[in-house]
Amino acid sequence: MGLQSKHMLGLQHTPAQDILTILDTAGAMKDIIRRDIKKVPTLRGRTVVTLFYENSTRTKTSFDLAGKYLSADTVGLSASSSSVRKGESLIDTARTVEAMGADVLVIRHPAAGAAEIVADNVRCSVINAGDGIHEHPTQALLDMFTIREYKGDFSGLKAAIIGDILHSRVARSNIWGLTKLGAEVSVAGPATLLPPEIEKMGVKVCTRVEEALAGADVVNVLRIQLERQKQALFPSLREYSRLYGINRERLGLAKEDAIVMHPGPLNRGVEIVKEVADSARSVINEQVTNGVAVRMALLYLLTGGEAVETAD
Amino acid sequence: MKLLIKGGKLVNPEKQLLEKADVLVENGVITAMESSLSERDAEVVEAGGKLVCPGLIDMHVHLREPGFEHKETIATGTMAAARGGFTAVACMPNTNPVADNAPVIRFILDRAAAEGTVKVYPIGAITKGSKGKEITEMADLKAAGAVAVSDDGVPVHDAGVMRRAMQYASMLGLTVISHCEDKSLVAEGVMHQGYQSTVLGLPGMPAEAEEVMVARDIILAEATGCRVHIAHISTAGAVELVRQAKKRGVKVTCEVTPHHFTLTDQAVNGYDTNTKVNPPLRTAADVAAVKQGLADGTIDVIATDHAPHTVDEKEVEYQYAPFGLVGLETAVGLVFTELVDTGILTVPEAVAKLSTNPARIMAVPGGRLAVGEQADITIIDPEALEKVDPGSFAGKGKNTPFAGRKLKGLPVMTIVKGKIVMKDRRVTVSSV
Ligand SMILES: [Zn+2]
Ligand SMILES: [Zn+2]
Repeated sequence: MGLQSKHMLGLQHTPAQDILTILDTAGAMKDIIRRDIKKVPTLRGRTVVTLFYENSTRTKTSFDLAGKYLSADTVGLSASSSSVRKGESLIDTARTVEAMGADVLVIRHPAAGAAEIVADNVRCSVINAGDGIHEHPTQALLDMFTIREYKGDFSGLKAAIIGDILHSRVARSNIWGLTKLGAEVSVAGPATLLPPEIEKMGVKVCTRVEEALAGADVVNVLRIQLERQKQALFPSLREYSRLYGINRERLGLAKEDAIVMHPGPLNRGVEIVKEVADSARSVINEQVTNGVAVRMALLYLLTGGEAVETAD
Repeated sequence: MKLLIKGGKLVNPEKQLLEKADVLVENGVITAMESSLSERDAEVVEAGGKLVCPGLIDMHVHLREPGFEHKETIATGTMAAARGGFTAVACMPNTNPVADNAPVIRFILDRAAAEGTVKVYPIGAITKGSKGKEITEMADLKAAGAVAVSDDGVPVHDAGVMRRAMQYASMLGLTVISHCEDKSLVAEGVMHQGYQSTVLGLPGMPAEAEEVMVARDIILAEATGCRVHIAHISTAGAVELVRQAKKRGVKVTCEVTPHHFTLTDQAVNGYDTNTKVNPPLRTAADVAAVKQGLADGTIDVIATDHAPHTVDEKEVEYQYAPFGLVGLETAVGLVFTELVDTGILTVPEAVAKLSTNPARIMAVPGGRLAVGEQADITIIDPEALEKVDPGSFAGKGKNTPFAGRKLKGLPVMTIVKGKIVMKDRRVTVSSV
């Protein structure tokens, strides 16, 4: 059984069953990554094109590796290269890429809805690698895969997402995915960085970080973009850190075995202190490995692969 | 040339009733209105079962000429108006150059005389270049033919400038039309701020951005005695502010667009850039409040804010697309489908908001059917059905969020100065 949709545009419209299928398949993919020779011929002859309108070495590398481990041909186009330049419309660029023979188009774009616009105009599969502040489904899927590795199940699980919720596509995708699978999600951040009516997405909204942390199984700390301070959305990094920074004392409010996550890259000493980021509770490095596994699973499933059950 | 309109129901907004009568038009003027008229050498228009209305007037359109002729021209925009049942339109000054001086006003009037299918009333700018700093030569604008002043799209941010503009306009008897939007509250917003913007990840435009400026301009209107007309009102709070101001006797009027009484921010789902408009599509509660405002008379006018853009301009990421949608060719159908058929407005009330009231607010002729009046007449078939097809639009702009929508109640004839310019949903003349 494959996935219901031929695209992965976001988790809002992805059924719970598809999320579980992806996570299960990612388990099998992770076994491949653990091998000495990390290469299987599954996607031989398939072409994956990454179209990045925003810089993100991490996400791009993760997709590149995922494609390579599955023997797909991967080609990257970035906003600086000539084929993606101002003047040519997004739709034209996407159609051109498709005409070159792409089977899967991975797009990262600063504008919300960009992946959906592309999906509406091409026949190949489209993966949203982040569109503005809308969604970043592969990040949420890797977060969920990591949570499941440590916590086993989502139902009744308490997850806290801390930081700039307003500008976070990671938060939105995590909220959709986690609530669909039965987790209780709290979000916390300064009032100026909380999106309006976000409680209607089914989350508890806090301005006091302590409230969100109390009894949490998972603490997902978001990166605070330094430019938001320049936009005067909060007064200073110092005050942000004092009110919302995750330190050992605050983490003490969460469950004893709570895990700490971060989509990276970290602003150490701002949203998270070094001793927490590097502690045994931190699963930040595991998230990176899992990112490749989840993206392998998606590439595999979207190109028609059958779901694979995890061996264990 | 004689025209005899037979068997229709005459809509008289002033009397709130429909009477069955024939209308005789001679040399562009209504010369008789009686039952069972006959005239041997007149062209007969059978209007049985149809509504014969004073010519509809859209007091808020963007004709894009001069400067943006790739989007629309005075020729194509007035053809769209004719097809939509409008016999006159008032055009906003955000052209290039801005209509902030008499020569531009005269240029528009000259083009309209040469190429226009319906009447065109230019609106002048409030400030030079619509930059919000210095007020325009309003006396000159008025003398050249401007019927009101507005900095639509780029609202006057500085309250001191707006106050002076109102004092000055008031002295000249000009209405100030205000697009109410505090840009500092809108920032990069592209849709209504609320749950939908949160989910879609699009920067929001809060209702307060509109309401703060509606409140300010009502207060300034009260202080200066100026007649102020609030353009495209869209929030429940703004409607309530106008309602209260009217109770106090402030000389304030307002308009709503068909898209604001029909659609909500739910329509933005899917990122269709034809739903990107300023003010943005609001919530269901706002739509209900706007309908209430229409029903109780708080909202005087229905105007389209017809804002054409090319397909290329709109076929981009939502955040990068220009604001605006076309409205001239769907307005009547939406009024009848959403307001008349549902009992929110009677036919005379609807026609008052589409004709009589805009004529009164801009102090232009029309708005009533009477012997001796110029024969600007719109005939509406309240039973006619149509699916909106942008491909059939007479205007250049096809950017409508209503494609495929079923409408009931459509204009079937537009008569300007006694001349039939639209018949059976087709523009019959073009002076181009
Ligand atoms: Zn406006
Ligand atoms: Zn406008």
